[in-house]
Amino acid sequence: MTLDFGVIWQNLPLLFDGMHLSLVLTALALTGGIMLGAVLAVMRLSPLRPVAWFAAGYVNVFRSIPLILVLFWFYFLVPVVIGRPVGPFYAALIAFALFEAAYYCEIIRAGIQGIPQGQRAAALATGMTQPQVMRHVVLPQAFRNMTPVMLTQAIILFQDTSLVYVVTLHDFMTSAAIIAHRDLAIVEVYIFAACVYFALCFGASRLVGWFKSRLEVSR
Amino acid sequence: MITVQQVSKWYGDVRVLASCSTTIAKGEVVVVCGPSGSGKSTLIKCINGLEPFQQGRIVVDNISVGDRATNLPKLRARVGMVFQDFQLYPHKTALQNITLAPVHVARREKAEAEDAALRLLARVGLTEHADKYPAQLSGGQQQRVAIARALAMNPIAMLFDEPTSALDPEMITEVLDVMIKLAEDGMTMIVVTHEMGFARRVAHRVVFMDMGEIVEDRPTTEFFQGTVSERATRFLSKILQH
Repeated sequence: MTLDFGVIWQNLPLLFDGMHLSLVLTALALTGGIMLGAVLAVMRLSPLRPVAWFAAGYVNVFRSIPLILVLFWFYFLVPVVIGRPVGPFYAALIAFALFEAAYYCEIIRAGIQGIPQGQRAAALATGMTQPQVMRHVVLPQAFRNMTPVMLTQAIILFQDTSLVYVVTLHDFMTSAAIIAHRDLAIVEVYIFAACVYFALCFGASRLVGWFKSRLEVSR
Repeated sequence: MITVQQVSKWYGDVRVLASCSTTIAKGEVVVVCGPSGSGKSTLIKCINGLEPFQQGRIVVDNISVGDRATNLPKLRARVGMVFQDFQLYPHKTALQNITLAPVHVARREKAEAEDAALRLLARVGLTEHADKYPAQLSGGQQQRVAIARALAMNPIAMLFDEPTSALDPEMITEVLDVMIKLAEDGMTMIVVTHEMGFARRVAHRVVFMDMGEIVEDRPTTEFFQGTVSERATRFLSKILQH
């Protein structure tokens, strides 16, 4: 058997479009997930019981169902509910953002709770109000500590975007699969896809490692 | 200036403060000592409202701490506090640790706050460490920065919660020296500590606590020479043995 990687070159534009979609979806879902996750984290830590329960319920529901099911829901059910189609991209984006928010909520909550109580006491003792303590003392430290875990979660999200084929979107993986079967170059294309995923994700996880080592130095 | 009247506090069923009363006048230095778990730290944390209490009354500069209507942040801004484990903000330099509250609470200009912070660092002997992070400083240096941070709000009184007990022996003196200077400058101070040398040298009064009660509250010389209770004598003999 001879391998002909020329098929990659011929289909580069298609693969590039797929990668573009994967990256855009990751970036947008990440932004939405972190913002919603931060709101949920603050709700989970709220002294108001119903607020905390709501956030806890949200997290438990989304962490207990498969991502692919969430994608289906938003693709098939939301149009039924609102009476018009939302389009596969927006359905996928909403599904990913809501799904990731559950995980980011827990990451952010753990980050906030990881800051020693003494730091809050010290800041309060200087006359700061609770929101000022959060803004200037707790959150900056919490986010610094969370960066490695958040990046790891972003890598997982990037890999998970390959699931969007179920709602007819063509991400990098789906484009690769189409080319592989159409041009009968299954081995070549899948080797290439694996290399691309590896390069991106390994590079990102090295970045995580670098962040971690920097955090240890400054501690 | 600070009045503590019949203050009691419970954690669930456990009474940690039992009807404590004392008064601290302006410019007075009071050392609070006693076995661990006797409630000394809890008592001074009640004074700036970091710990709530269930009974009694604490008045600081005519403001009742336990009152629901009291603006606690405003009150705390006027009372400095230094903790056993320093609690400097690890993500900020020594200088930034000191200027944070003056800039955001007292709303001073940043440049003005930095000038004041540099003067305070000079006062605690750390001018050359202004741009270092807490992790780059020794324990004694961190505690001196923490004292400067508390002084930056121009407090009317300072509370010290075992400021030297987390320090290696060779660093205790540098912190005590700063505190002695502060006392000699006339600062009103409540110091929870076992440093009896410090108490002898600068304290006007010594308060001895045991099991949440104020057992002794006497002028310093009287406390060390006079007829003190059996509990206090036993405690003193334990910590002065070596």
